[in-house]
Amino acid sequence: MITIQQLQKSFGDHHVLRNIDLEIPTGQSIGIVGPNGSGKTTLIKTMLGLVKPDSGTITINNTVLNGNHIYRRDIGYMPQQARYPENMYATELFDFMENLRDQPGEFRNQLIEEFNLYSEVEKPLRVLSGGNRQKVGAVLAMMFNPSILFLDEPTAGLDPRSSYIFKERIRNEKRAGKTILITSHIMSELEQLVEHVVFILEGKIQYYGTIGDLLKDNRQDHLEGAIAQMMEGVEL
Amino acid sequence: MKSAIFLKTFRTRHLFLSQLLLILFVMFESLTAQTNTIRVKSEPGILNSSIENAIQRADSGDTVLLEPGVYAIHDLQISKSITLQGQEGSILDIEERGYGLILKGTNITLKNFEIRNSGSGFMEDFAAILIENSRDIHVEDLTLTNNFFGIFIAKSERILVSNNNIFSNAKRQTTSGNGIHLWYSKNVEAHNNTITGHRDGIYLEFVEESKMSGNNVFSNIRYGLHFMYSNSCSYIGNTFEDNTSGVAVMYTKNVEMLHNHFINNWGANRYGLLLKEINDSVVKYNLFESNSVGIYSEASNRVLIEQNEFRNNGTALRMMANGLDNRIEQNNFISNVFEVTTNSRQNPNHYEGNYWSQYEGYDLNGDGIGDVEYRPVRLFSLLAEKEPLSLIMLRSIMAGVLDTAERVFPVLTPKNLVDPKPLMQPNQ
Amino acid sequence: MIAVYYQIVRNEFQTLLRARWLIGYGLIFLLLTDTLFRFTGGGAEVLVSLSNVILLFIPLISMLYGILFIYQSRDYLELLLTQPVNRETLYWGLFTGISGPLTSAFLAGTTLPLIWHGNFSGEPAMQTVLVLGIGAILTFIFTGLGFVMGLAYYEEKIKGFGYSLMIWLFMAVIYDGLILLLIFLLGDYPIETGVVGLTMLNPIDLGRILILLEFDISALMGYTGAVFSQFLGSLKGMLTASFMLVLWLILPMWLGLRLFRKKDF
Repeated sequence: MITIQQLQKSFGDHHVLRNIDLEIPTGQSIGIVGPNGSGKTTLIKTMLGLVKPDSGTITINNTVLNGNHIYRRDIGYMPQQARYPENMYATELFDFMENLRDQPGEFRNQLIEEFNLYSEVEKPLRVLSGGNRQKVGAVLAMMFNPSILFLDEPTAGLDPRSSYIFKERIRNEKRAGKTILITSHIMSELEQLVEHVVFILEGKIQYYGTIGDLLKDNRQDHLEGAIAQMMEGVEL
Repeated sequence: MKSAIFLKTFRTRHLFLSQLLLILFVMFESLTAQTNTIRVKSEPGILNSSIENAIQRADSGDTVLLEPGVYAIHDLQISKSITLQGQEGSILDIEERGYGLILKGTNITLKNFEIRNSGSGFMEDFAAILIENSRDIHVEDLTLTNNFFGIFIAKSERILVSNNNIFSNAKRQTTSGNGIHLWYSKNVEAHNNTITGHRDGIYLEFVEESKMSGNNVFSNIRYGLHFMYSNSCSYIGNTFEDNTSGVAVMYTKNVEMLHNHFINNWGANRYGLLLKEINDSVVKYNLFESNSVGIYSEASNRVLIEQNEFRNNGTALRMMANGLDNRIEQNNFISNVFEVTTNSRQNPNHYEGNYWSQYEGYDLNGDGIGDVEYRPVRLFSLLAEKEPLSLIMLRSIMAGVLDTAERVFPVLTPKNLVDPKPLMQPNQ
Repeated sequence: MIAVYYQIVRNEFQTLLRARWLIGYGLIFLLLTDTLFRFTGGGAEVLVSLSNVILLFIPLISMLYGILFIYQSRDYLELLLTQPVNRETLYWGLFTGISGPLTSAFLAGTTLPLIWHGNFSGEPAMQTVLVLGIGAILTFIFTGLGFVMGLAYYEEKIKGFGYSLMIWLFMAVIYDGLILLLIFLLGDYPIETGVVGLTMLNPIDLGRILILLEFDISALMGYTGAVFSQFLGSLKGMLTASFMLVLWLILPMWLGLRLFRKKDF
């Protein structure tokens, strides 16, 4: 359960989040959409504690965020661009994370197998391709079996096969009752993965509801069309 | 007596020979003379009497032997040619009444006892031992404690002062005298004495053809060695350490200063060795270590400063430009802050073949001599002289930049103060 | 908390030890120190020359290294920040994990030749410890300053590097030049206390003065000047300079921590 109330954040003159109110029940999967610079990533980073809000409160699994860190045990985060210490090996990175959290990565081997990373984890991270690094990020996000997943443009660098495997994995996580937040520009992908969408524009939530309702309201067959229409509508 | 005449007729300027003759003379005397020994016991509370009695009874060549004990004395005159000898625990106490022993004679030997507490005088130079108008005096193995002057030698000749310990606890210059004080004397030798806590350790004025060697002179409140108008003397193998103003030698020619150590003279206007109007002299094989200034030379001419070692001094060598034709050769300058400083853009002296640890040149032909000439005067030393406070910027990169710029294009430092043949390795 | 700190430090150490340039950094000091022994004949000369190098290069290298670390490991930082880890712990872990190996490389490089040339026994032992200690403290101070600059100019690398270089140039060269200028302009006024105070504000000057007090006291004492010689000639000078250096040690770390706690990544 994630509750966001009256969240405000500015970077200098730039008002990135304006009075965000949002409640995401446990087990919901939700897509966060909006044009570039609309505040999607900032919203996720604020929930992760990477960005400190100017005002407003965020509550995640009954913890009110206030510089505390324990709540992040429940969150797996996969960043947009995955870059890691260059000289480290992926196995070392996983070991390090396990030691850091003092927690075994229960899905570690399973994920490595699923993403076919066996040969890659024994190389320094700097020689890995972008896609493989992305997969390492996915392993890191999911290996501790967190109850909440934040996935920021997760499939951007993946080849079709990996992308397919990844989506399968997400569907499994959904079935296991995880709360999942995905940002993506690929609307068809979101349609496959989530039931709900949040549409953010210029730091404000313009729409929050199921994809079905959104399509109905906008008389569209596909999410892409509906979002595009909404963006136009607002701009007009 | 015969041998004394013999010595007189053969008076020689050669110090070594005269010393040898002195020794021969002593041996000759002791072999030929019929001598007696008179034993003296101390009589507590009675001034002079027992020793005075013994001396009256003694003939020339006799020995007056002091039993252990404290003898109250003052102004006790000895003019007979006798030996006054003590042993462990023989102490002459002046109890601050004036002079201790006053020697006026020839062939007198003082040996192996202690004299203490001369007391200080504002009008008179009270001394444990005053030697005046005398010849052929030996002062050996004495301990002189807490006296105003230790040994005061005036208008005397052929004096040997050796193996004495001369201690005092001087606090101010005005209330303290010198350890060994020589005035208008000739052929004096001072060897292997330890002198501390006096005003000047060794002081010479109008002294000629004398020799000081192996003395250990430390922690005196003015100079370790101080001489003026004392030509043709030599100072060999002495150590002068931690004397408030180091060593000062002035207005003298033909001085030999060899194998001495000048150590730990720190502070404003303190020098390892101050040369003032010294001409035609030699400063060789000495060690100058940890002094604020190693050698300070002013108005001195034709002094040869050769094969000395200057180590860890603030300024190794300060040559004022009012002296001419001094030669600074084959010295080692190691770890000094400033190697040479001067007060002029002219350089009337000659520098050659020294080792400078701050030299950064190279030696491509491998002959041990740097291929680039060396300018030992740093610009920063000039700055420090103008504004001493700028010393706080010593070793800063800024100071280094200024020095390097000045070395490349000398503007303020003497252009011709150059060692054309700087050594790559220290002289052995 | 301590376990987490330990994990971060350990990870940094492992990563850095594999970085060849850090080994190169240590090797440079090793070669330098050994060469100094061979060319100067040992003793205080070696330590003084070594301290010149330390005062010039350690601040520059440490600061560039600190800022470079922040810039290079932004994603890594963000990865760690998304973990259930306290920011303060993370900060200290990163800071010690970075400055520690750098200091170790410096110490290892200098200590080995100093040991085999016998500088750790007898009289020079204390001087050796002083010089190496100053090197180590300067490493920490300037790595910290690098951190501060990296965090303050997180998005503007060119500015961050530019300002860092300017800070170094200012502290290492210009500051002293300005003080010299001040001394010569106002030499007729009683500025001793002020000048001594000013030098106490610059960590490179502090290191330099500590070395002066140890090695060049004979030169300093050769000049009159009441405050100057009283201050420099006494234990008080040594203690004050050491105290100020410790303050400097704290300052960048504290500034960095403040920035790190408030920062939006």
